[in-house]
Amino acid sequence: MSSNTLALEATGISKTFGNVIANDQINLEIKKGRIHALLGENGAGKSTLVNILFGLYKADSGTVRVDGKTVDLGRPKDAIDHGIGMVHQHFQLVPVLTVAENIVLGNEPSNKANVVDIESAKEKVRELAETYQLDVDTEAMVEDLPVGTQQRVEILRSLYRKADILILDEPTAVLTPQETDHLLQVLKKLATQGVAIIFITHKLREVLEVADEVTVMRNGQVVGSTTPAETDESGLAEMMVGRSVVLRVAKEEASPDKTVLKVNNLCVHDDRGILAVNDLSLEVRSGEIFGIAGVEGNGQRELVETITGLRNAHTGQILIGDSSITEFSPRQISELGVAHIPEDREKHGLIGAHSVADNLILNRYYKTPFSNNGIRQQKAIADYATEMVEKFDIRTPSIETPSSSLSGGNKQKAIAAREFSHDAKLLVASQPTRGIDVGSIEFVHQQLIQQRDQGLAVLLVSAELDEILSLSDRIGVIYRGSLIVTENSTDLDRNRIGRIMTTGSDST
Amino acid sequence: MPILAVALAIATGAIIIAFSGSSPVDAYKALIDGSLSDSKSIGRTLEKATPLVMGGLAVAFAFKAGLFNIGGQGQLVFGALIAGAVGYGITGLPWIIHTPLALLAGAVAGALWGAIPGILKASRGAHEVITTIMLNFVALNMTDWLASKVWREEGVIVRTPHIEESAEIPRWGEIPTGFLLAVVIAFVCWYLLRSTTFGFEIKSVGLNPNAAHYAGISVKKIVILTMAISGLLAALGGAIETQGVVGRYEPGFNAGLGFEGITIALLARTHPLAVIPAAILIGAMEAGGSMMQFKADVSPEITDIIQALILIFVATPIIVRWFLSQKEANELSVSTTWGSS
Repeated sequence: MSSNTLALEATGISKTFGNVIANDQINLEIKKGRIHALLGENGAGKSTLVNILFGLYKADSGTVRVDGKTVDLGRPKDAIDHGIGMVHQHFQLVPVLTVAENIVLGNEPSNKANVVDIESAKEKVRELAETYQLDVDTEAMVEDLPVGTQQRVEILRSLYRKADILILDEPTAVLTPQETDHLLQVLKKLATQGVAIIFITHKLREVLEVADEVTVMRNGQVVGSTTPAETDESGLAEMMVGRSVVLRVAKEEASPDKTVLKVNNLCVHDDRGILAVNDLSLEVRSGEIFGIAGVEGNGQRELVETITGLRNAHTGQILIGDSSITEFSPRQISELGVAHIPEDREKHGLIGAHSVADNLILNRYYKTPFSNNGIRQQKAIADYATEMVEKFDIRTPSIETPSSSLSGGNKQKAIAAREFSHDAKLLVASQPTRGIDVGSIEFVHQQLIQQRDQGLAVLLVSAELDEILSLSDRIGVIYRGSLIVTENSTDLDRNRIGRIMTTGSDST
Repeated sequence: MPILAVALAIATGAIIIAFSGSSPVDAYKALIDGSLSDSKSIGRTLEKATPLVMGGLAVAFAFKAGLFNIGGQGQLVFGALIAGAVGYGITGLPWIIHTPLALLAGAVAGALWGAIPGILKASRGAHEVITTIMLNFVALNMTDWLASKVWREEGVIVRTPHIEESAEIPRWGEIPTGFLLAVVIAFVCWYLLRSTTFGFEIKSVGLNPNAAHYAGISVKKIVILTMAISGLLAALGGAIETQGVVGRYEPGFNAGLGFEGITIALLARTHPLAVIPAAILIGAMEAGGSMMQFKADVSPEITDIIQALILIFVATPIIVRWFLSQKEANELSVSTTWGSS
């Protein structure tokens, strides 16, 4: 496969929304059989660009050539007809249909009576899966499949539609580390079979691992192109953010003091009534970061929700300071000095339709100076919000803007601003940097360390192993609801944690 | 946009009137004649609008907490009956005590009745749409029974005795004082939602109950309180009707009034102050409907049709948007997807 012929060439693409320039004179060359990473912070214009390539947005100007011919990509069907496929961040699958049905949906093979020929559909899907070595159970119902497999179904669907240019919009944001590794293998394999891949991400390690070429965007413009051989993580981060970025926060030795959080033999059920946290005990002291590493879905969510009062414990005890809090409401726990950066910022962290200002006081709206005898004090709220926006560098048009219109990184900064200003003695931070850009990650990490140094006890839960390793003073590895190993972070290496995370056993 | 929906409904109504063989111009002239031409007809319009303001507020208020109160009818008849019972049953009080006492009794009855679906939702997760609809039937039969067996006036007609004069809400010239009370209550609701911490909690629960729970708000408490207040508002509409218009509780007199609250709230886009003009509009149609029949020989049901059309046009903005222009509709669909980068 000649690797130098162009599969797709975009020239001078511009797109504005209102007075926001999302894409400004973008040029992009995608070669056949190559993985092309599109890198940039949130709001840099990556998604806008690929949405134009897939016909979801119409560019204000610019031309797109596929296989050397200028094409008009007015709608997704045009893109599909020209062999462009896209896997969206949020999957476009029908949960109650089978894998085979989902893949052929829209192009169903039919028999003479114009009835869907499901047997032949299954056969075709099986052939396809074999060709590209993508294992799936064609009969399985999509809703029963793990996220990584659902994504494979999405990829197969594009291939079924004869895509030879595949766009993946932040495909690893929703995956566990294992699923991510698997996906990267799949992408490499597809590339060797001649598929051109456009891979959007802001995870630098992934870019260095699989990309053949890298295009970096910032503020709607292409700021540079490079290859993994020519650069490293800090080089890429600097290109993305426009300044040098600290990827690994420097931190002093922790000086832990008295125990703030003590969990004894805790058992918690999940939503289906199945034991999710199983006889778990841990201790977090002031001035230290205790990290919980583990593949998602091993009880982390239930543990965090129980500590913060959102879920009831089945058995066991949780002590914050001297108070046993298993019967406490979220408000009572918050009043004890517990701050919480929730795992799902859209669902729990923010009220999207409320203004940035109201979200910044969401845990304190009922207290002075924000409320006086039950009357909201608009000026105090506005003054405080203005101060927070400044201090935490939250990029928002105004404090009255609905929080839903902020970018992911700025939403997370707003939550961090609120929780870090809580005057707390314990912070429970769950996936604090998920889906946010390098600049914001750096900020959140620095804040976590700074707060620790001021005596905060931090319980950090993250699926990002690097995050756990670089921030934590002590690490516990969770597997099926139990902490298998708890050790000082210096005594655990990446490989050992990875092994315990996936097998639940420390033996080699 | 609601204004455009009203205009579209009136235009469509004109076509229907023309089809039925009458002159739309004469019909609408008669409608205005009967509702807005002099102080007497304006008074009638405001009188009709009063329970509509309260019913609209009841639905709009509950909606702010994400709750759909379809139980306005039941809450209203309870308020109307209890106000009527207190209005005739207690004698010898000065009006300054008796009138508010009867109003309060009706309001409290509605609040307790409205709290039931709130409690069912908070404790058992029962959907308030189902429970409020079912409680409407319970309320209608319970009030019928109370009016026919317990508090019945001597005679053939099933109704409660006329209330004492001291419990009557007077008119202020032609203006019904009850309407002014409803307007004041609308402002109170607006202020409560806009400027109090309680209002903030209600809106937070309505917009994102998960995040409200996370923020330490007791979602269950808010659900119960909001339903109680919603019931209180609807019931107060019934009480004002009893004490200011009908003079007693008579089954069937308020039929359907509670359901119009849904129309009003939709038309007002659940804004507590917009409920006032929306209620006046519908009130005017009801006040002028009979004049339309009398002068232009158009059946008064035509106003029901126009009301239904308004509701359809408000509830389906896509039709109105299509009238506005095709291009704008396209722009709108693009603007909703932007920002997902």
